[in-house]
Amino acid sequence: MSQNIIYLDNNATTRVDEKVVEAMLPYFTEEYGNPSSIYDLAHVANTAVRKSREIIKDFLGANDAKEIIFTSCGSESASTAIKGTIELNRAKKHLITTKVEHPCVLNLHKELEKQGYKVDYIGVDSNGDLDITELISKVDKDTALVSVMYANNETGAIFPVEEIAQKVKEINPETKIFVDAVQAAGKIPINVKDTKIDFMGISAHKFHGPKGIGALYVKSGTMVAPLIIGGHQEKGKRAGTENVPYIVGMAKAAELAMENMEDELTRVKCLRDTLEEEILSKIKNARLNSTSKNRVPNTTNIGFLYIEGELILLHLNDAGICASSGSACTSGSLEPSHVLRAMGVPFTSLHGSIRFSLSRYTTEEDINYVVQELPHIIDKLAKISPFQKELGEILNK
Amino acid sequence: MWEYSDTVKEHYKNPKNVGFIEDADAIGEAGALACGDALKLYLKIKDGIITDAKFQTFGCGSAVASSSILTEMIIGKTVEEVKKITNKDIADKLGGLPPEKMHCSVMGHEALEDALKNLDGADNEPASKPKSKDKIICNCFSITEKTIREAIEHNGAKTVDDIKELTYAGGACGRCKGNIQAIINTYNMEAKNDKKELNTVQFILKVNSVIEKNIVPELTKDCGGIELINVEEKNVYVRLTGSCKGCRNSNLTLKNFVQTQLREHVDNEINVIEVE
Repeated sequence: MSQNIIYLDNNATTRVDEKVVEAMLPYFTEEYGNPSSIYDLAHVANTAVRKSREIIKDFLGANDAKEIIFTSCGSESASTAIKGTIELNRAKKHLITTKVEHPCVLNLHKELEKQGYKVDYIGVDSNGDLDITELISKVDKDTALVSVMYANNETGAIFPVEEIAQKVKEINPETKIFVDAVQAAGKIPINVKDTKIDFMGISAHKFHGPKGIGALYVKSGTMVAPLIIGGHQEKGKRAGTENVPYIVGMAKAAELAMENMEDELTRVKCLRDTLEEEILSKIKNARLNSTSKNRVPNTTNIGFLYIEGELILLHLNDAGICASSGSACTSGSLEPSHVLRAMGVPFTSLHGSIRFSLSRYTTEEDINYVVQELPHIIDKLAKISPFQKELGEILNK
Repeated sequence: MWEYSDTVKEHYKNPKNVGFIEDADAIGEAGALACGDALKLYLKIKDGIITDAKFQTFGCGSAVASSSILTEMIIGKTVEEVKKITNKDIADKLGGLPPEKMHCSVMGHEALEDALKNLDGADNEPASKPKSKDKIICNCFSITEKTIREAIEHNGAKTVDDIKELTYAGGACGRCKGNIQAIINTYNMEAKNDKKELNTVQFILKVNSVIEKNIVPELTKDCGGIELINVEEKNVYVRLTGSCKGCRNSNLTLKNFVQTQLREHVDNEINVIEVE
């Protein structure tokens, strides 16, 4: 990693793999043709896009490369699936989603509520696991779309999206299913073809690809209205000249993610577990927030009682460690994490919640360093807190 | 993501005067755990001079920095001098704070005020006690009723979420959301009463003012225009001019835009009718 930075914020974004950059470079200055043009130069670009589509198809375990459309990011994928579905189903005015979705899904639903849609927001339990029974009970003949994330960005909790899709379709076969797989892609194997899922969105920069490129899986036979109207690109589902270098970059990143899946599921998971266990055993006021039994291998979320999260992050930063927090003060909106709130995490630890998210670049040395530094930081900050009586001794000897 | 000044950084990295004073002469508190910010300030006072100050803060970097620099600002000063310190003085001394973080300096000031109030005796309310419309509704961000009403009146906030986006009120612990809703309800009720009390002349003037302020500027963007021709009870007769005249969407413009605006701002039962 660059200059002694311990980067444990991979759910925010990831370092681009050098092989990805290498794969992208020729498409800027050499193979710069527009895939829609007729000459050989364009043909190279066209072939690159076609091959990339094949790779993303395999990455998501789709049936056919035609089911993949390229977008600019995860948010665009979500907006396309959601807006593109309801536009074609104007009569249906009911939507279902969860309380813990990414803002690109949550805020879009809030906007749609203002436009007259009825939205049910399904809650989670204290482990961050979704209440599927409640979700299924809300499906009726008026339900246009169910939008559920595959894995939660803050806790890593994996939602049983295949089961949800199956059960929703049993009640209303016309209801469409959108799965935001941004935090799952590259972390766990995905196989969308044997499911009833209609849409699945991903974003390259979460799996060591570049920012500014994403994809949306649209099941064969499922209709979607385009968000961007213009040329014929992406089978009319998304106009705009194909971003060839970035499409190639995302495909390369997906290829590498598939190669490294085993590492993610074993070594990375092991490092995450070590980090978690060590923090919880060394620091007395540490509480595990991400207690779901079914989690992506790279994520942990820990609350530190009576200490504020931004302050912890600033001190971690001074020690060269990058992480993120669900605290109100770190977010632009000054609101504490809606995910942890939905889980009912008490205020005592909510504001001091820290998320560590690892990647294949994370080493044992990185984790050892964090385990060595963090207790000192927490101990130092605890001395500033007005809740001395509640805190008591911080460190376990 | 915040741009903190070097002074802020220095003070959260190495805060000065952390801790408590066992035999403090005055203790001030501000904030609450639920909000994500809480400060306890201890003062030692001799012959009207603050001889020592210590603090304990639960909060972000700028909250710790505000507390820390506040103790430095008051040690050695007389109580009278210290009473003049404002939250802006604290922020200025820190080399400025991001706008979203100004409430941290407010918290420092509140703790100081609280300590001095306790010193004066419980009966003495501080001189700067807020007036009724300045009542603080959101303690987390020190947002007053006045600010919330302004957001409704000037920015068209309609929901608790709108208020949160515009003022931050209700954005942290959320305990004040019920009170914010109550303010919105009161405002709506007052607005409704205002509408009901309009006599014919006031009604016409109000219609005219909404047309000029809210409707004409929008139509002008499309090179169109509108004239108020007549008002009969709840029927408002208008003539469309410019490119709106004879436009096939003009009926949509009338019903969806002009009528909606008039209903929203003047009276719910207004009908807009086009005259040639």
